[in-house]
Amino acid sequence: MKYSEKVMDHFTNPRNVGEIENADGVGVVGNAKCGDIMKMYLKIDENDVITDCKFKTFGCGAAIATSSMATELVKGHTVKEALALTNSAVVEALEGLPPVKVHCSVLAEEAIKTAVADYYNKIGREIDFEIEKAHDEE
Amino acid sequence: MARFVYADNAATTPVSREVIEEMLPCLEECYGNPSSLHQKGREAKEILDSARERIAKVLGCDASEIYFTSGGTESDNWAIRGAAIKMKAKGRTHIVTSKIEHHAVLHTCDALEREGFTVTRIGVDADGVVDLEELSRAVNEKTALVAIMYANNEVGTIEPIREICDIAHSKGALVFTDAVQAVGNVKIDLSTLPVDMLSLSGHKLHAPKGIGALFVRKGVSINNLIEGGGQEKRRRGGTENVAFAVGLAAALEMAEKRLCELPRVEKMRDRLIDELTKIPYSKLNGHRTNRLPGNANIGFEFIEGESMLLWLDISGICASTGSACSSASLDPSHVLLAMGVPHERAHGSLRLSISHDTTDEDIDYIIETLPPIVEKLRNMSPLWEEVVKGNNKNA
Repeated sequence: MKYSEKVMDHFTNPRNVGEIENADGVGVVGNAKCGDIMKMYLKIDENDVITDCKFKTFGCGAAIATSSMATELVKGHTVKEALALTNSAVVEALEGLPPVKVHCSVLAEEAIKTAVADYYNKIGREIDFEIEKAHDEE
Repeated sequence: MARFVYADNAATTPVSREVIEEMLPCLEECYGNPSSLHQKGREAKEILDSARERIAKVLGCDASEIYFTSGGTESDNWAIRGAAIKMKAKGRTHIVTSKIEHHAVLHTCDALEREGFTVTRIGVDADGVVDLEELSRAVNEKTALVAIMYANNEVGTIEPIREICDIAHSKGALVFTDAVQAVGNVKIDLSTLPVDMLSLSGHKLHAPKGIGALFVRKGVSINNLIEGGGQEKRRRGGTENVAFAVGLAAALEMAEKRLCELPRVEKMRDRLIDELTKIPYSKLNGHRTNRLPGNANIGFEFIEGESMLLWLDISGICASTGSACSSASLDPSHVLLAMGVPHERAHGSLRLSISHDTTDEDIDYIIETLPPIVEKLRNMSPLWEEVVKGNNKNA
């Protein structure tokens, strides 16, 4: 199994690692049992634009790289655009993932959507999208 | 890159120069087929017989009890399947193994189970030692075979093989031990160790991949696995890999000669264990003392093994993990789970397996390289965040 240079770049120099105090949306997905957990923090302004996005991830190289790439892909974009982010877009941006690692990109998509759902809940907006789960529920 | 340290000798070892030198003439000059009647064949046959003698001498058995195979996996498959099918004719259709065996053993037992045998998989304690009481209860007059490893490949724990033999033999069952990790690292004397069969593999002891052996004690009869042209006394078909058999003999002799140097390896292993378990929230996996001299397996909480391996690799250190992340399944090591290690910590396990070639400077390098990697990964782990904030109930 070999990772692309892009994956190794995002693994060794992950972008946007950290937490956001008083984030507008937080999403935690995955579980320690399966070996990966992603936590996404979103700062969203009054125009629905994601002004900041940070993550913390427990997981393999692909889990860290997909988290990092996902934050890059949604930062500066509207919430609506973030919801349109698919796992395959993350994989493509990383110049591919080994087949056994594709579920990590699903987890990244799920994390962004879960964080947006949290934001919707906070502002009392109806959640009008579905979230695909990377892992089966316990 | 500051340094290169190969600490994955339990996966495979480099072929030693002495082994290569013994093998080369067999490839270039003594290329005959040992079954041929002419001079080239006779020459090859003599070399093959001598390799078998050398191996038997190291292991304390008779040359007629050693069969060359393609490696550990074939030996494991042959011993278990061959014994099971043979014993079935005597009405024995039960196989006992442990939960921490290599997949070559586990999957062979699974296959036999699908074919109608009953299989009991014995549990282990927190150190990875097979539960002898459970074993005593499991073995009965229907038991064909007890297949339990000599030493575990992941956590290094050495199993009580003598006691296992006593329990199995008291009910008339055969004993097979997968000694792939033990041979060369532990003194094995088959003149006093009463196992019926034992497997070994060349590439774990500085011989090439693709050669192994199965010891089958005189008087023990098992069915063939590979049919062919009557080689190995009609027990294992296929033209003998003469050069590699010589390589195996040379490697085994060398390992035997260096058994007295193992305390040095153990000292390095203990330094790894002592220093690395100083990292907070880390724990040794496997028995503290009764373990393979080169094996250090440590679990680090709140981080995942593959990320650790990637960073170690970038730093020039080759190691291995029981994390699920390099396999298609989401389950971590079956060995660690059988020992009761929680999934969370099993994902963060790191196996460092050193050898005679390892130096004190290599150990220094690992000890100084690993802690910052663990720290870096924890700093980006949401689980660690909870620990820092004091919210983690498990920590």
